Amino acid sequence: MSARLLIRAAGPGVTVQDAGRFGYSRFGVTPAGPMDEAAFLTATRAVGAAAAIEVSLGGVALESEGAELAVAIAGGAFDIRLDEAKLPPACLIALAPGARLAIRAGASGAWCYVAIGARFDLPLALGSLSTHARSGIGPKPLAAGDALRLLDVAPALDGAQAIDAPWLARDDAPIRVMLGPQDDYFTPEAIEAFLSSKWRVGARSDRMAYALEGPNLTHSRGHDIVSDGAAIGAIQVPGSGAPFVLMADRQPTGGYPKIATAIGADLGRLAQLRPGETLSFKEVGWVEAVAARAALKNKLAAGAVLTPLAAELSTEKLLAVNLIGGVVSGRE
Amino acid sequence: MRYDHPRFLDQGEAALTVEFGDAVDAELNALVLALDDAFLRERPQGIRETTPTYRSLLVHYEPLEMSRQALVGWIEQRLPVTVREAKQSRAASGALDCFVAGAPRNDGQEWVVPCCYDPAIAEDIEEAASNLGLPARALAEKHAAADYRAFMYGFAPGWCYLGGLPQALAIPRRLAPRGPTPEGAVLIGGGLSLIATNPMPTGWYVIGRTPERLFSLTREPPFLIAPGEALRFEFIDAATFAALDARAAQGEILARREARA
Repeated sequence: MSARLLIRAAGPGVTVQDAGRFGYSRFGVTPAGPMDEAAFLTATRAVGAAAAIEVSLGGVALESEGAELAVAIAGGAFDIRLDEAKLPPACLIALAPGARLAIRAGASGAWCYVAIGARFDLPLALGSLSTHARSGIGPKPLAAGDALRLLDVAPALDGAQAIDAPWLARDDAPIRVMLGPQDDYFTPEAIEAFLSSKWRVGARSDRMAYALEGPNLTHSRGHDIVSDGAAIGAIQVPGSGAPFVLMADRQPTGGYPKIATAIGADLGRLAQLRPGETLSFKEVGWVEAVAARAALKNKLAAGAVLTPLAAELSTEKLLAVNLIGGVVSGRE
Repeated sequence: MRYDHPRFLDQGEAALTVEFGDAVDAELNALVLALDDAFLRERPQGIRETTPTYRSLLVHYEPLEMSRQALVGWIEQRLPVTVREAKQSRAASGALDCFVAGAPRNDGQEWVVPCCYDPAIAEDIEEAASNLGLPARALAEKHAAADYRAFMYGFAPGWCYLGGLPQALAIPRRLAPRGPTPEGAVLIGGGLSLIATNPMPTGWYVIGRTPERLFSLTREPPFLIAPGEALRFEFIDAATFAALDARAAQGEILARREARA
Protein backbone atom coordinates (compact mmCIF):
# COMPACT_ATOMS: atom_id res chain seq x y z
CA MET A 1 0.00 0.00 0.00
CA SER A 2 1.41 3.35 -0.87
CA ALA A 3 0.52 6.27 1.33
CA ARG A 4 1.06 9.90 0.57
CA LEU A 5 0.73 13.14 2.44
CA LEU A 6 -0.93 15.67 0.20
CA ILE A 7 -0.09 19.34 0.58
CA ARG A 8 -3.35 21.13 -0.24
CA ALA A 9 -2.16 24.60 0.72
CA ALA A 10 1.12 25.98 2.01
CA GLY A 11 2.25 29.49 2.82
CA PRO A 12 5.84 30.55 2.17
CA GLY A 13 8.48 28.98 4.36
CA VAL A 14 6.88 25.59 4.99
CA THR A 15 9.74 23.08 4.91
CA VAL A 16 10.84 19.59 5.88
CA GLN A 17 13.28 19.62 8.78
CA ASP A 18 15.06 16.90 10.69
CA ALA A 19 17.52 17.51 13.52
CA GLY A 20 19.86 19.29 11.10
CA ARG A 21 22.77 18.75 8.74
CA PHE A 22 25.91 18.36 10.78
CA GLY A 23 29.53 17.82 9.83
CA TYR A 24 29.59 19.97 6.70
CA SER A 25 29.98 23.46 8.13
CA ARG A 26 33.68 23.06 7.20
CA PHE A 27 32.56 23.15 3.56
CA GLY A 28 30.34 26.20 3.98
CA VAL A 29 27.14 24.21 4.43
CA THR A 30 24.41 25.63 6.67
CA PRO A 31 23.18 23.19 9.34
CA ALA A 32 19.46 24.15 9.00
CA GLY A 33 17.24 22.01 11.29
CA PRO A 34 14.24 23.15 13.34
CA MET A 35 13.83 26.73 14.57
CA ASP A 36 12.23 25.49 17.82
CA GLU A 37 13.99 22.27 18.73
CA ALA A 38 11.88 21.50 21.83
CA ALA A 39 8.65 21.79 19.83
CA PHE A 40 10.17 19.72 17.01
CA LEU A 41 11.16 16.98 19.47
CA THR A 42 7.74 17.07 21.12
CA ALA A 43 6.06 16.36 17.79
CA THR A 44 8.55 13.87 16.39
CA ARG A 45 8.85 11.84 19.59
CA ALA A 46 5.06 11.53 19.87
CA VAL A 47 5.02 9.50 16.64
CA GLY A 48 8.59 8.18 16.50
CA ALA A 49 9.56 10.26 13.46
CA ALA A 50 12.98 11.64 12.56
CA ALA A 51 11.67 14.58 10.55
CA ALA A 52 8.72 16.93 10.60
CA ILE A 53 7.08 19.59 8.49
CA GLU A 54 7.93 23.00 9.88
CA VAL A 55 4.94 25.28 9.39
CA SER A 56 5.50 29.03 9.17
CA LEU A 57 2.97 31.78 9.87
CA GLY A 58 1.78 31.14 6.32
CA GLY A 59 0.10 27.93 7.47
CA VAL A 60 -0.52 24.62 5.72
CA ALA A 61 -3.40 22.29 4.83
CA LEU A 62 -2.74 18.56 4.67
CA GLU A 63 -4.60 15.43 3.68
CA SER A 64 -3.69 11.80 3.78
CA GLU A 65 -4.01 9.44 0.84
CA GLY A 66 -3.94 5.69 1.04
CA ALA A 67 -3.65 5.23 4.80
CA GLU A 68 -4.75 6.60 8.10
CA LEU A 69 -1.83 8.47 9.63
CA ALA A 70 -0.76 9.23 13.17
CA VAL A 71 -0.03 12.96 13.17
CA ALA A 72 1.53 14.90 16.03
CA ILE A 73 1.44 18.68 16.11
CA ALA A 74 3.39 20.94 18.45
CA GLY A 75 4.80 24.44 18.34
CA GLY A 76 3.43 27.92 18.90
CA ALA A 77 -0.24 28.52 19.69
CA PHE A 78 -1.38 27.89 16.13
CA ASP A 79 -4.97 27.42 15.01
CA ILE A 80 -5.38 23.71 14.30
CA ARG A 81 -8.48 22.25 12.68
CA LEU A 82 -9.34 18.74 11.67
CA ASP A 83 -12.16 19.35 9.24
CA GLU A 84 -14.42 21.60 11.31
CA ALA A 85 -13.18 20.53 14.75
CA LYS A 86 -10.81 22.89 16.52
CA LEU A 87 -7.92 21.12 18.21
CA PRO A 88 -5.46 22.30 20.85
CA PRO A 89 -2.12 23.63 19.52
CA ALA A 90 -0.30 20.46 20.60
CA CYS A 91 -2.10 17.24 19.83
CA LEU A 92 -1.83 13.74 18.44
CA ILE A 93 -4.51 12.76 15.98
CA ALA A 94 -5.46 10.15 13.43
CA LEU A 95 -5.64 11.68 9.97
CA ALA A 96 -7.84 9.52 7.78
CA PRO A 97 -8.02 9.78 4.00
CA GLY A 98 -10.55 12.45 3.11
CA ALA A 99 -10.08 14.48 6.27
CA ARG A 100 -8.35 17.84 6.06
CA LEU A 101 -5.88 19.10 8.64
CA ALA A 102 -5.60 22.88 8.46
CA ILE A 103 -2.95 24.76 10.43
CA ARG A 104 -2.92 28.53 10.53
CA ALA A 105 -1.24 31.20 12.59
CA GLY A 106 -3.06 31.44 15.92
CA ALA A 107 -2.85 33.41 19.12
CA SER A 108 0.94 33.39 19.27
CA GLY A 109 4.05 31.70 17.99
CA ALA A 110 5.84 31.68 14.66
CA TRP A 111 6.56 27.99 14.00
CA CYS A 112 4.60 24.77 14.32
CA TYR A 113 5.75 21.19 13.68
CA VAL A 114 3.73 18.42 12.06
CA ALA A 115 5.25 14.98 12.49
CA ILE A 116 3.84 11.91 10.77
CA GLY A 117 4.02 8.35 12.10
CA ALA A 118 5.88 7.29 8.96
CA ARG A 119 9.07 7.98 7.08
CA PHE A 120 9.21 10.57 4.28
CA ASP A 121 10.38 8.86 1.09
CA LEU A 122 12.88 11.64 0.36
CA PRO A 123 16.58 11.36 -0.45
CA LEU A 124 19.06 12.40 2.20
CA ALA A 125 21.23 15.33 1.14
CA LEU A 126 24.56 15.27 2.98
CA GLY A 127 23.02 12.95 5.54
CA SER A 128 19.96 15.06 6.32
CA LEU A 129 16.42 15.74 5.16
CA SER A 130 16.48 19.37 6.29
CA THR A 131 15.60 21.98 3.70
CA HIS A 132 18.02 24.84 3.24
CA ALA A 133 16.18 26.92 0.68
CA ARG A 134 18.96 29.45 -0.05
CA SER A 135 21.51 26.86 -1.13
CA GLY A 136 18.98 24.43 -2.58
CA ILE A 137 20.18 21.61 -0.35
CA GLY A 138 17.46 19.26 0.87
CA PRO A 139 13.84 19.08 -0.26
CA LYS A 140 12.29 22.14 -1.88
CA PRO A 141 9.98 24.20 0.36
CA LEU A 142 6.52 22.64 0.25
CA ALA A 143 3.83 24.10 -1.98
CA ALA A 144 0.18 23.40 -2.73
CA GLY A 145 -0.08 20.35 -4.98
CA ASP A 146 3.00 18.60 -3.57
CA ALA A 147 2.68 15.05 -2.31
CA LEU A 148 5.15 13.40 0.04
CA ARG A 149 5.38 9.64 -0.33
CA LEU A 150 5.35 7.85 3.01
CA LEU A 151 7.07 4.62 4.02
CA ASP A 152 6.71 2.47 7.15
CA VAL A 153 3.35 3.96 8.10
CA ALA A 154 2.64 3.25 11.77
CA PRO A 155 -0.91 2.64 13.00
CA ALA A 156 -2.62 5.66 14.51
CA LEU A 157 -4.01 5.69 18.05
CA ASP A 158 -7.76 5.70 18.44
CA GLY A 159 -9.15 9.17 18.83
CA ALA A 160 -7.39 12.45 19.33
CA GLN A 161 -5.12 13.27 22.25
CA ALA A 162 -3.99 16.57 23.64
CA ILE A 163 -0.22 16.72 24.13
CA ASP A 164 0.44 18.32 27.47
CA ALA A 165 3.99 19.66 27.12
CA PRO A 166 4.47 22.43 29.68
CA TRP A 167 7.78 23.49 28.10
CA LEU A 168 5.81 24.79 25.12
CA ALA A 169 4.02 27.38 27.27
CA ARG A 170 6.49 30.19 26.73
CA ASP A 171 6.57 33.25 28.94
CA ASP A 172 8.02 36.65 28.12
CA ALA A 173 10.93 36.46 30.55
CA PRO A 174 14.17 37.92 29.16
CA ILE A 175 16.10 35.74 26.72
CA ARG A 176 19.20 34.59 28.55
CA VAL A 177 22.50 35.24 26.78
CA MET A 178 26.16 34.67 27.42
CA LEU A 179 28.29 37.63 26.38
CA GLY A 180 30.74 37.10 23.54
CA PRO A 181 32.57 35.84 21.65
CA GLN A 182 33.37 39.39 20.48
CA ASP A 183 31.90 41.53 23.28
CA ASP A 184 35.32 43.23 23.43
CA TYR A 185 34.46 44.88 20.08
CA PHE A 186 31.80 47.00 21.83
CA THR A 187 31.85 49.96 24.18
CA PRO A 188 30.65 49.33 27.76
CA GLU A 189 27.72 51.62 26.93
CA ALA A 190 26.79 49.42 23.98
CA ILE A 191 26.80 46.30 26.14
CA GLU A 192 24.73 48.06 28.76
CA ALA A 193 22.28 49.23 26.08
CA PHE A 194 22.10 45.72 24.65
CA LEU A 195 21.26 44.19 28.05
CA SER A 196 18.90 46.88 29.31
CA SER A 197 16.88 47.77 26.21
CA LYS A 198 13.61 46.46 24.95
CA TRP A 199 14.07 45.06 21.43
CA ARG A 200 11.56 44.50 18.69
CA VAL A 201 11.74 41.64 16.19
CA GLY A 202 12.08 43.28 12.77
CA ALA A 203 10.07 42.49 9.67
CA ARG A 204 13.19 41.20 7.90
CA SER A 205 13.37 38.11 10.08
CA ASP A 206 13.42 34.57 8.76
CA ARG A 207 15.04 31.18 9.28
CA MET A 208 18.45 32.72 8.63
CA ALA A 209 18.36 35.50 11.23
CA TYR A 210 16.04 37.62 13.35
CA ALA A 211 16.59 41.35 12.95
CA LEU A 212 16.40 43.31 16.20
CA GLU A 213 15.13 46.90 16.31
CA GLY A 214 16.23 49.13 19.17
CA PRO A 215 19.14 51.38 20.02
CA ASN A 216 22.17 51.37 17.73
CA LEU A 217 25.05 49.46 19.28
CA THR A 218 28.39 51.20 18.96
CA HIS A 219 31.49 49.24 18.09
CA SER A 220 34.65 50.19 19.95
CA ARG A 221 37.16 49.01 17.34
CA GLY A 222 35.51 48.61 13.99
CA HIS A 223 32.83 46.29 12.73
CA ASP A 224 34.95 43.94 10.64
CA ILE A 225 36.50 40.84 12.12
CA VAL A 226 38.48 38.16 10.35
CA SER A 227 35.88 35.48 9.59
CA ASP A 228 34.94 33.32 12.52
CA GLY A 229 32.57 30.38 12.95
CA ALA A 230 29.01 31.28 13.94
CA ALA A 231 26.84 29.26 16.34
CA ILE A 232 23.05 29.32 16.45
CA GLY A 233 21.84 32.13 18.71
CA ALA A 234 24.92 34.29 18.14
CA ILE A 235 23.96 37.97 18.02
CA GLN A 236 25.92 39.64 15.27
CA VAL A 237 26.22 43.41 14.94
CA PRO A 238 27.16 44.71 11.47
CA GLY A 239 28.31 48.26 10.76
CA SER A 240 24.77 49.63 10.95
CA GLY A 241 24.76 48.92 14.71
CA ALA A 242 21.48 46.99 14.40
CA PRO A 243 21.89 43.44 15.71
CA PHE A 244 20.79 40.14 14.15
CA VAL A 245 20.28 36.87 15.99
CA LEU A 246 21.68 34.08 13.82
CA MET A 247 19.19 31.25 13.51
CA ALA A 248 19.00 27.76 11.97
CA ASP A 249 19.75 28.84 8.38
CA ARG A 250 22.71 31.07 9.27
CA GLN A 251 25.93 30.94 7.26
CA PRO A 252 28.40 28.78 9.18
CA THR A 253 30.96 31.61 9.36
CA GLY A 254 30.66 35.38 9.50
CA GLY A 255 32.71 38.53 9.51
CA TYR A 256 30.87 40.76 12.00
CA PRO A 257 31.45 40.92 15.75
CA LYS A 258 29.06 38.89 17.89
CA ILE A 259 28.17 40.75 21.06
CA ALA A 260 26.47 37.83 22.81
CA THR A 261 24.89 34.43 22.20
CA ALA A 262 21.42 33.27 23.26
CA ILE A 263 21.57 30.12 25.37
CA GLY A 264 20.22 26.87 23.97
CA ALA A 265 17.31 26.57 26.40
CA ASP A 266 15.88 29.93 25.27
CA LEU A 267 16.38 29.58 21.51
CA GLY A 268 12.97 28.03 20.89
CA ARG A 269 11.22 30.76 22.85
CA LEU A 270 13.14 33.37 20.86
CA ALA A 271 12.30 31.63 17.57
CA GLN A 272 8.59 31.68 18.39
CA LEU A 273 8.54 35.50 18.55
CA ARG A 274 6.85 37.13 15.60
CA PRO A 275 7.94 40.27 13.78
CA GLY A 276 6.73 43.22 15.83
CA GLU A 277 6.92 41.41 19.17
CA THR A 278 9.34 42.60 21.82
CA LEU A 279 12.00 40.95 23.90
CA SER A 280 14.83 41.76 26.26
CA PHE A 281 18.05 40.02 27.20
CA LYS A 282 19.63 38.95 30.47
CA GLU A 283 23.23 37.93 30.94
CA VAL A 284 24.00 34.54 32.47
CA GLY A 285 27.14 32.47 32.83
CA TRP A 286 28.03 29.05 31.44
CA VAL A 287 26.93 27.18 34.57
CA GLU A 288 23.45 28.67 34.56
CA ALA A 289 23.13 28.14 30.81
CA VAL A 290 24.05 24.47 31.16
CA ALA A 291 21.66 24.05 34.11
CA ALA A 292 18.84 25.45 31.95
CA ARG A 293 19.87 23.15 29.12
CA ALA A 294 19.84 20.11 31.45
CA ALA A 295 16.46 21.08 32.91
CA LEU A 296 14.88 21.32 29.45
CA LYS A 297 16.47 18.07 28.35
CA ASN A 298 15.17 16.29 31.44
CA LYS A 299 11.66 17.62 30.93
CA LEU A 300 11.71 16.47 27.32
CA ALA A 301 13.06 13.07 28.34
CA ALA A 302 10.29 12.63 30.91
CA GLY A 303 7.90 13.03 28.01
CA ALA A 304 4.64 14.76 27.34
CA VAL A 305 1.36 13.60 28.85
CA LEU A 306 -1.33 12.54 26.40
CA THR A 307 -4.92 13.23 27.38
CA PRO A 308 -7.75 11.81 25.28
CA LEU A 309 -9.43 14.81 23.78
CA ALA A 310 -12.97 13.55 23.73
CA ALA A 311 -12.94 13.22 27.52
CA GLU A 312 -11.32 16.55 28.05
CA LEU A 313 -13.65 18.33 25.73
CA SER A 314 -16.78 16.69 27.15
CA THR A 315 -16.79 19.50 29.68
CA GLU A 316 -16.92 21.85 26.73
CA LYS A 317 -19.98 20.33 25.15
CA LEU A 318 -19.82 22.85 22.40
CA LEU A 319 -16.81 21.32 20.72
CA ALA A 320 -17.14 17.72 21.79
CA VAL A 321 -19.75 16.74 19.27
CA ASN A 322 -17.88 18.26 16.39
CA LEU A 323 -14.60 16.77 17.40
CA ILE A 324 -15.84 13.26 17.97
CA GLY A 325 -17.89 13.51 14.83
CA GLY A 326 -14.87 14.65 12.87
CA VAL A 327 -12.61 11.91 14.13
CA VAL A 328 -15.17 9.15 13.81
CA SER A 329 -16.33 10.14 10.38
CA GLY A 330 -12.73 10.28 9.32
CA ARG A 331 -12.25 6.58 10.08
CA GLU A 332 -15.19 5.22 8.24
CA MET B 1 48.69 38.76 14.61
CA ARG B 2 49.13 35.38 16.25
CA TYR B 3 48.53 35.16 19.99
CA ASP B 4 51.09 33.53 22.30
CA HIS B 5 48.31 31.41 23.67
CA PRO B 6 44.93 30.85 22.02
CA ARG B 7 41.86 32.55 23.43
CA PHE B 8 38.85 30.46 24.42
CA LEU B 9 35.69 32.39 23.68
CA ASP B 10 32.21 31.07 24.42
CA GLN B 11 29.44 31.23 21.85
CA GLY B 12 26.73 30.22 24.25
CA GLU B 13 27.09 27.08 26.35
CA ALA B 14 27.40 24.67 23.43
CA ALA B 15 30.04 26.27 21.20
CA LEU B 16 33.56 27.39 21.93
CA THR B 17 35.73 29.51 19.65
CA VAL B 18 39.42 28.69 19.88
CA GLU B 19 41.02 31.83 18.50
CA PHE B 20 44.69 31.63 17.52
CA GLY B 21 44.98 35.17 16.21
CA ASP B 22 43.20 37.87 14.29
CA ALA B 23 44.72 37.80 10.83
CA VAL B 24 44.59 35.89 7.56
CA ASP B 25 47.91 34.14 7.76
CA ALA B 26 49.25 30.75 6.67
CA GLU B 27 50.89 29.87 9.97
CA LEU B 28 47.83 30.83 11.94
CA ASN B 29 45.63 28.79 9.61
CA ALA B 30 47.98 25.81 9.98
CA LEU B 31 47.50 25.94 13.76
CA VAL B 32 43.73 26.02 13.34
CA LEU B 33 43.82 23.04 10.99
CA ALA B 34 46.22 21.10 13.23
CA LEU B 35 43.74 21.35 16.09
CA ASP B 36 40.89 20.55 13.71
CA ASP B 37 42.82 17.44 12.64
CA ALA B 38 43.08 16.35 16.27
CA PHE B 39 39.29 16.52 16.57
CA LEU B 40 38.78 14.65 13.30
CA ARG B 41 41.31 11.99 14.26
CA GLU B 42 40.25 11.37 17.84
CA ARG B 43 36.54 12.23 17.61
CA PRO B 44 36.10 12.87 21.34
CA GLN B 45 32.70 12.07 22.83
CA GLY B 46 30.43 15.09 23.08
CA ILE B 47 31.77 16.97 20.05
CA ARG B 48 29.18 17.62 17.36
CA GLU B 49 31.39 19.22 14.75
CA THR B 50 34.19 21.71 14.24
CA THR B 51 34.26 24.70 11.89
CA PRO B 52 37.74 25.88 10.89
CA THR B 53 38.27 29.44 9.66
CA TYR B 54 41.39 31.45 8.81
CA ARG B 55 42.26 32.08 12.40
CA SER B 56 39.94 30.17 14.71
CA LEU B 57 38.26 26.83 15.24
CA LEU B 58 34.64 26.83 16.37
CA VAL B 59 33.93 23.67 18.38
CA HIS B 60 30.25 22.74 18.60
CA TYR B 61 29.86 20.53 21.65
CA GLU B 62 27.23 19.03 23.92
CA PRO B 63 28.03 20.48 27.36
CA LEU B 64 25.98 17.77 29.07
CA GLU B 65 28.46 15.23 27.70
CA MET B 66 31.68 17.23 27.87
CA SER B 67 32.10 20.21 30.16
CA ARG B 68 33.77 23.41 29.01
CA GLN B 69 36.59 22.72 31.43
CA ALA B 70 37.12 19.23 30.03
CA LEU B 71 37.00 20.57 26.48
CA VAL B 72 39.55 23.30 27.17
CA GLY B 73 41.76 20.73 28.92
CA TRP B 74 41.50 18.38 25.96
CA ILE B 75 42.52 21.17 23.61
CA GLU B 76 45.35 22.41 25.85
CA GLN B 77 46.90 18.95 25.83
CA ARG B 78 47.13 19.06 22.07
CA LEU B 79 48.26 22.64 21.66
CA PRO B 80 51.99 22.64 22.45
CA VAL B 81 52.65 20.06 19.79
CA THR B 82 50.86 21.95 17.10
CA VAL B 83 52.43 25.28 17.98
CA ARG B 84 55.92 23.81 18.10
CA GLU B 85 55.46 21.90 14.87
CA ALA B 86 54.29 24.96 13.06
CA LYS B 87 57.12 27.10 14.41
CA GLN B 88 59.88 24.62 13.67
CA SER B 89 58.68 23.79 10.24
CA ARG B 90 58.30 27.42 9.31
CA ALA B 91 61.86 28.11 10.38
CA ALA B 92 63.17 25.07 8.55
CA SER B 93 61.28 25.21 5.33
CA GLY B 94 61.69 28.74 4.05
CA ALA B 95 58.88 27.78 1.75
CA LEU B 96 56.15 29.98 0.40
CA ASP B 97 54.18 31.68 3.10
CA CYS B 98 51.15 29.50 2.65
CA PHE B 99 53.12 26.29 3.03
CA VAL B 100 53.93 25.46 6.58
CA ALA B 101 55.83 22.22 6.11
CA GLY B 102 54.65 19.47 8.42
CA ALA B 103 51.31 21.24 8.72
CA PRO B 104 48.22 19.08 8.53
CA ARG B 105 47.17 17.84 5.12
CA ASN B 106 50.49 18.92 3.68
CA ASP B 107 51.19 15.49 2.25
CA GLY B 108 53.26 16.65 -0.69
CA GLN B 109 50.27 16.37 -2.98
CA GLU B 110 48.33 19.13 -4.61
CA TRP B 111 45.12 19.47 -6.53
CA VAL B 112 45.47 20.66 -10.11
CA VAL B 113 42.33 22.62 -11.01
CA PRO B 114 41.71 23.70 -14.63
CA CYS B 115 41.00 27.42 -15.02
CA CYS B 116 40.15 29.51 -18.06
CA TYR B 117 41.24 33.17 -17.95
CA ASP B 118 39.77 34.16 -21.31
CA PRO B 119 38.19 37.62 -20.84
CA ALA B 120 35.13 36.31 -22.68
CA ILE B 121 34.17 34.30 -19.59
CA ALA B 122 36.54 35.76 -16.96
CA GLU B 123 34.23 38.73 -16.65
CA ASP B 124 36.32 41.08 -14.51
CA ILE B 125 39.88 40.18 -15.53
CA GLU B 126 40.38 43.33 -17.62
CA GLU B 127 39.07 45.56 -14.83
CA ALA B 128 41.17 43.84 -12.16
CA ALA B 129 44.27 43.92 -14.36
CA SER B 130 43.78 47.61 -15.04
CA ASN B 131 43.41 48.31 -11.29
CA LEU B 132 46.60 46.36 -10.65
CA GLY B 133 48.47 48.06 -13.49
CA LEU B 134 49.07 44.80 -15.34
CA PRO B 135 48.07 43.40 -18.72
CA ALA B 136 45.27 40.82 -18.28
CA ARG B 137 47.54 38.14 -19.70
CA ALA B 138 50.16 38.83 -17.02
CA LEU B 139 47.52 38.66 -14.29
CA ALA B 140 46.42 35.27 -15.60
CA GLU B 141 49.98 33.96 -15.81
CA LYS B 142 50.84 35.08 -12.30
CA HIS B 143 47.63 33.60 -10.92
CA ALA B 144 48.16 30.27 -12.68
CA ALA B 145 51.83 30.07 -11.63
CA ALA B 146 51.19 30.39 -7.88
CA ASP B 147 50.76 27.65 -5.28
CA TYR B 148 47.66 27.89 -3.13
CA ARG B 149 46.26 26.30 -0.05
CA ALA B 150 42.58 26.00 0.89
CA PHE B 151 42.33 28.10 4.06
CA MET B 152 38.61 27.70 4.71
CA TYR B 153 35.15 27.42 3.23
CA GLY B 154 32.48 29.99 3.98
CA PHE B 155 29.68 32.13 2.65
CA ALA B 156 27.98 29.33 0.70
CA PRO B 157 28.51 25.58 0.15
CA GLY B 158 31.75 24.93 -1.72
CA TRP B 159 33.04 28.51 -1.63
CA CYS B 160 36.71 27.79 -1.04
CA TYR B 161 39.01 30.60 0.16
CA LEU B 162 42.64 30.24 -0.91
CA GLY B 163 45.87 31.54 0.56
CA GLY B 164 48.96 31.97 -1.62
CA LEU B 165 47.90 34.74 -3.96
CA PRO B 166 51.03 36.57 -5.21
CA GLN B 167 51.43 40.00 -3.64
CA ALA B 168 51.31 41.58 -7.11
CA LEU B 169 47.68 40.41 -7.39
CA ALA B 170 46.53 41.68 -3.98
CA ILE B 171 43.57 43.87 -4.84
CA PRO B 172 41.10 45.37 -2.37
CA ARG B 173 37.52 44.18 -2.57
CA ARG B 174 35.05 46.39 -4.44
CA LEU B 175 33.25 49.04 -2.42
CA ALA B 176 29.90 47.82 -3.74
CA PRO B 177 29.23 44.20 -4.75
CA ARG B 178 28.98 43.17 -8.39
CA GLY B 179 26.12 41.00 -9.63
CA PRO B 180 25.94 37.23 -9.21
CA THR B 181 29.11 35.33 -10.13
CA PRO B 182 29.06 32.80 -12.97
CA GLU B 183 29.23 29.16 -11.85
CA GLY B 184 32.71 27.99 -11.01
CA ALA B 185 34.06 31.52 -10.78
CA VAL B 186 37.70 31.97 -9.77
CA LEU B 187 38.06 35.28 -7.99
CA ILE B 188 40.58 37.56 -6.33
CA GLY B 189 39.99 40.16 -3.63
CA GLY B 190 41.34 41.27 -0.28
CA GLY B 191 44.71 39.55 -0.84
CA LEU B 192 43.18 36.12 -1.38
CA SER B 193 41.85 33.98 -4.17
CA LEU B 194 38.54 32.14 -4.09
CA ILE B 195 36.79 29.42 -6.03
CA ALA B 196 33.02 29.93 -5.95
CA THR B 197 30.32 27.43 -6.79
CA ASN B 198 26.77 28.74 -7.07
CA PRO B 199 26.07 32.27 -8.37
CA MET B 200 26.08 34.94 -5.65
CA PRO B 201 26.76 38.68 -5.61
CA THR B 202 30.30 39.44 -4.44
CA GLY B 203 32.77 42.23 -3.86
CA TRP B 204 35.56 40.18 -5.45
CA TYR B 205 36.75 40.16 -9.08
CA VAL B 206 36.00 37.24 -11.40
CA ILE B 207 39.36 36.61 -13.09
CA GLY B 208 38.75 33.06 -14.29
CA ARG B 209 36.38 30.15 -14.40
CA THR B 210 36.90 26.51 -13.63
CA PRO B 211 34.75 23.81 -15.18
CA GLU B 212 35.33 21.73 -12.02
CA ARG B 213 32.47 21.49 -9.55
CA LEU B 214 33.91 22.00 -6.11
CA PHE B 215 30.54 20.92 -4.75
CA SER B 216 28.04 18.55 -6.28
CA LEU B 217 25.29 16.76 -4.39
CA THR B 218 24.98 14.18 -7.15
CA ARG B 219 28.60 13.09 -6.99
CA GLU B 220 30.62 11.13 -4.46
CA PRO B 221 32.42 12.79 -2.79
CA PRO B 222 30.26 15.93 -2.85
CA PHE B 223 33.25 18.12 -1.91
CA LEU B 224 36.67 17.60 -3.47
CA ILE B 225 39.14 19.76 -1.63
CA ALA B 226 39.51 19.73 2.16
CA PRO B 227 40.57 22.80 4.15
CA GLY B 228 44.36 22.70 4.37
CA GLU B 229 44.95 20.96 1.04
CA ALA B 230 47.26 22.47 -1.58
CA LEU B 231 46.24 23.34 -5.10
CA ARG B 232 47.31 25.13 -8.24
CA PHE B 233 45.49 26.21 -11.36
CA GLU B 234 46.10 24.86 -14.82
CA PHE B 235 45.72 27.30 -17.70
CA ILE B 236 43.06 26.20 -20.21
CA ASP B 237 41.60 28.01 -23.23
CA ALA B 238 37.93 28.71 -23.88
CA ALA B 239 37.44 25.68 -26.15
CA THR B 240 38.94 23.36 -23.54
CA PHE B 241 36.77 25.00 -20.89
CA ALA B 242 33.63 24.26 -22.90
CA ALA B 243 34.66 20.64 -23.47
CA LEU B 244 35.61 20.04 -19.84
CA ASP B 245 32.48 21.81 -18.61
CA ALA B 246 30.35 19.34 -20.58
CA ARG B 247 32.25 16.42 -19.04
CA ALA B 248 31.93 17.86 -15.52
CA ALA B 249 28.18 18.23 -16.11
CA GLN B 250 28.10 14.44 -16.53
CA GLY B 251 29.62 14.02 -13.07
CA GLU B 252 33.25 13.56 -14.11
CA ILE B 253 35.91 14.84 -11.71
CA LEU B 254 38.41 16.98 -13.63
CA ALA B 255 40.78 18.11 -10.90
CA ARG B 256 43.74 15.77 -10.33
CA ARG B 257 45.90 15.03 -7.33
CA GLU B 258 49.59 15.25 -8.19
CA ALA B 259 52.87 15.33 -6.33
CA ARG B 260 53.76 18.96 -5.70
CA ALA B 261 56.76 20.11 -7.71
